[in-house]
Amino acid sequence: MDTLPHLLAALTPFNLLLAIGGVVAGTIIGALPGLTATMAIAILTPLTFGIPPASALVALGAIYTGAIYGGSYSAILINTPGTPSAIATTFDGYPMAKRGDGDLALTLANFASVGGGLVGALFLLLLAPPLAQFALAFGPVEYFWLAMLGLTLVSALSDGSLLKGIIGCCIGLLISMSGSAIVGGDIRFTFDSQALLGGVNVVVALIGLFCVPVLIDLVATPDAHLKVGSVLRGFRLREALGITWAGKWNLARSSVIGTVIGVLPAAGGAIASLVAYAEARRASGTPERFGQGEPDGVIATESANNATVGAGFIPTLTLGIPGTPPDAVILGALLVHGVRTGPNLFSEQSQIVYTFMFGLLIATVLMLPIGLLLGRYAFRTVIAVPKYVLAPMIGLMTILGTYAIQNSLDDVAVMLGLGVGAWVLGRAGFGAAPIVLGVVLGPIAEQGFVQAWLIGGATDERFETFFMRPIAATIIVAAAIVAIYPVLAKRLKARVRNSENG
Amino acid sequence: MTTMLRLAAMAALAVAVATGPAMAAEWPDKDVTYIIPFNAGGESDVTARLQEPGFNKLTGKGFVIQYKTGAGGAAAWSQLNSLTADGYTLMGINLPHLFLQPMGGKVGYKTEDITVVSVFQLTPHALVVNAGSPIKTLEDYIATAKATPGAITVAGTGTHSANHVAQVSFDKAVGITTTYIPFTGTGATTAALLGNQVKAQWAFTTVGAEQKDNVRMLAIATEQRHPLFPDVPTFKEKGIDMVGGAYRGLAVPAGVPEEMRRRISDVFMKVNGDPGFVAKMQEGGYVLVDVGYQDVPGFMGKLGAESIEVGKALGLVK
Repeated sequence: MDTLPHLLAALTPFNLLLAIGGVVAGTIIGALPGLTATMAIAILTPLTFGIPPASALVALGAIYTGAIYGGSYSAILINTPGTPSAIATTFDGYPMAKRGDGDLALTLANFASVGGGLVGALFLLLLAPPLAQFALAFGPVEYFWLAMLGLTLVSALSDGSLLKGIIGCCIGLLISMSGSAIVGGDIRFTFDSQALLGGVNVVVALIGLFCVPVLIDLVATPDAHLKVGSVLRGFRLREALGITWAGKWNLARSSVIGTVIGVLPAAGGAIASLVAYAEARRASGTPERFGQGEPDGVIATESANNATVGAGFIPTLTLGIPGTPPDAVILGALLVHGVRTGPNLFSEQSQIVYTFMFGLLIATVLMLPIGLLLGRYAFRTVIAVPKYVLAPMIGLMTILGTYAIQNSLDDVAVMLGLGVGAWVLGRAGFGAAPIVLGVVLGPIAEQGFVQAWLIGGATDERFETFFMRPIAATIIVAAAIVAIYPVLAKRLKARVRNSENG
Repeated sequence: MTTMLRLAAMAALAVAVATGPAMAAEWPDKDVTYIIPFNAGGESDVTARLQEPGFNKLTGKGFVIQYKTGAGGAAAWSQLNSLTADGYTLMGINLPHLFLQPMGGKVGYKTEDITVVSVFQLTPHALVVNAGSPIKTLEDYIATAKATPGAITVAGTGTHSANHVAQVSFDKAVGITTTYIPFTGTGATTAALLGNQVKAQWAFTTVGAEQKDNVRMLAIATEQRHPLFPDVPTFKEKGIDMVGGAYRGLAVPAGVPEEMRRRISDVFMKVNGDPGFVAKMQEGGYVLVDVGYQDVPGFMGKLGAESIEVGKALGLVK
């Protein structure tokens, strides 16, 4: 390909303007809980029908990458992931904000998102076809084991009691099973109510489980929402650069994990960031600090989830199979534009494809200054607004956001119910994080298991199907390491200490 | 008193007579809310987006597209009759879903609760294999299945869905056994076929249009060969009576008056004749059908009778 003409085509003033507007709009929408990247794109898609397809793609890509990044704002500042991809950002981002490092966490999230976004976009530009083949090699069994790998995180997310973490995770799994089953079509745990027929929407569950307990505590405790230093310290750029540099391997590894998981059509940003988080924690010299406000945790999740943006376009553009839910909407928009994605897109309409890829790179770079400015504004707003205004504002936002997902009041009731339940459980020492882990990973684990069971059963090769496929076996080993390593490390340390003493 | 009442009643009647047809004739004088019971980017969504330019050309108005997803469409359909019945809220419907879901259990609506005003397109069933598959023809497929009953794994989207129906009806018609593997969404299903996770896929012609040389369609469920795929035989040619797929249409809340229903149907039937729409639908692998409001009862009756047979085969009807 001739790089320069494509780069220049992406760099027209009109496209740049679209990229800037897209990043700003995406970031703001992504920051509002309930308004997800998928919805942002679905709402703004009709506006692109009047402009050329390549420019439309640039705008949609910018909205998408902005929205995934924007999800970190609410994750850090109010402990509520703005999009499912930012779930794991709450684990360390919010504790950082609590202790007065919210500004630092936002700047780190910005660096990590830009870094991850660039890695994902570069993989899209350079390695799309082979990665698409990898995505196809990923079958039901692999998805099942990937979900198991994600579930091993429960040990990391259980504050104090592992048993309580596991129970919480099981509650999450049960919530994820309500509604009509994809495989088999049985209707489960709906208590004969129409509201639960379609299952519990993940975003609805997220808002309820994360945001409602924060709101209740906000009202029930006299302390300020976030601790703030006496002087505003701006972006804390130098400090953030230092931390990012020290965490560069973490950033690189998490970006690659995000890319690899991002190309899998049935996975998505939430799982990518959870797995990257688990891996960052395992590789860290100080895993006990994770969950207590460890900057590396924020770097891991935010770089991984933005890497899924570029990566998700790999199957979308090369195979015509959407890598993530927002990609599905973009794919639909392309069809309306008359662009047929799939095997022939790269040869027949390469102009559009490459203009888009460079557009995505440019939008990701633009996210650096835009994100820093928006982030500072968000931070100042949250700390400057008094509690008696902040609490009703967030409350209203959660209700509107929940309603907007499917225009459904039932969803609002489900959200409030889950939220109050989570608060009560929280008082009893059950954290929200393990429950959410179950909600997010349950459907993937269940479908993968049942499909693999059926496929293996068709030829009487169930054992081979589950354990003998190379990618599956690799994931099993990784899951085993993540699960057992902390225990082993502790034993080893104890033994070394004993021998030194003895 | 009675005179007053009578006068009032007459006045009301006069107003009704005067405004009823006039209101319908003017439909639409504002944008129309079009509810899609499936995800953004899906086939229902794309179809609606493709209809919009034609609709706009005819009426000068547009769509406000909303998504209400869940339970394979049932989450939306069960709410249809509680929506405003002013003719400005339309909902996409899919067949045979509307017949099969209520057979399967409590889904919050009955087939006869849904007021269908028109059916405008068919997405025909297609039996698809990976381009590299040793199964070259429909005959190969049947022979392989007969030699090793149950060993052919066939992916499809959802349980008791159109794909599932196709699998069950075809297997019954030719007397073979295959193993159906349900996936979520056409994307994941097609990925499973391309990655050789399964041996075949029950899909629609749209998959053939999108995947081109990556897949091979063994046969499609149309009356005649589709202009986009001149080399792909129909099941009929092969002596198997299988014509159908997923039909898409429009429904309105039950309170919408007859006049208005007819008007909506007329407008959408005209959109079906819009050359731009026709070309794009054909390019996507769809088949346009023209079932207007007056033809809906007959069409639904025929499809309903077929669906009962399918329901029996699926074990939904005892």
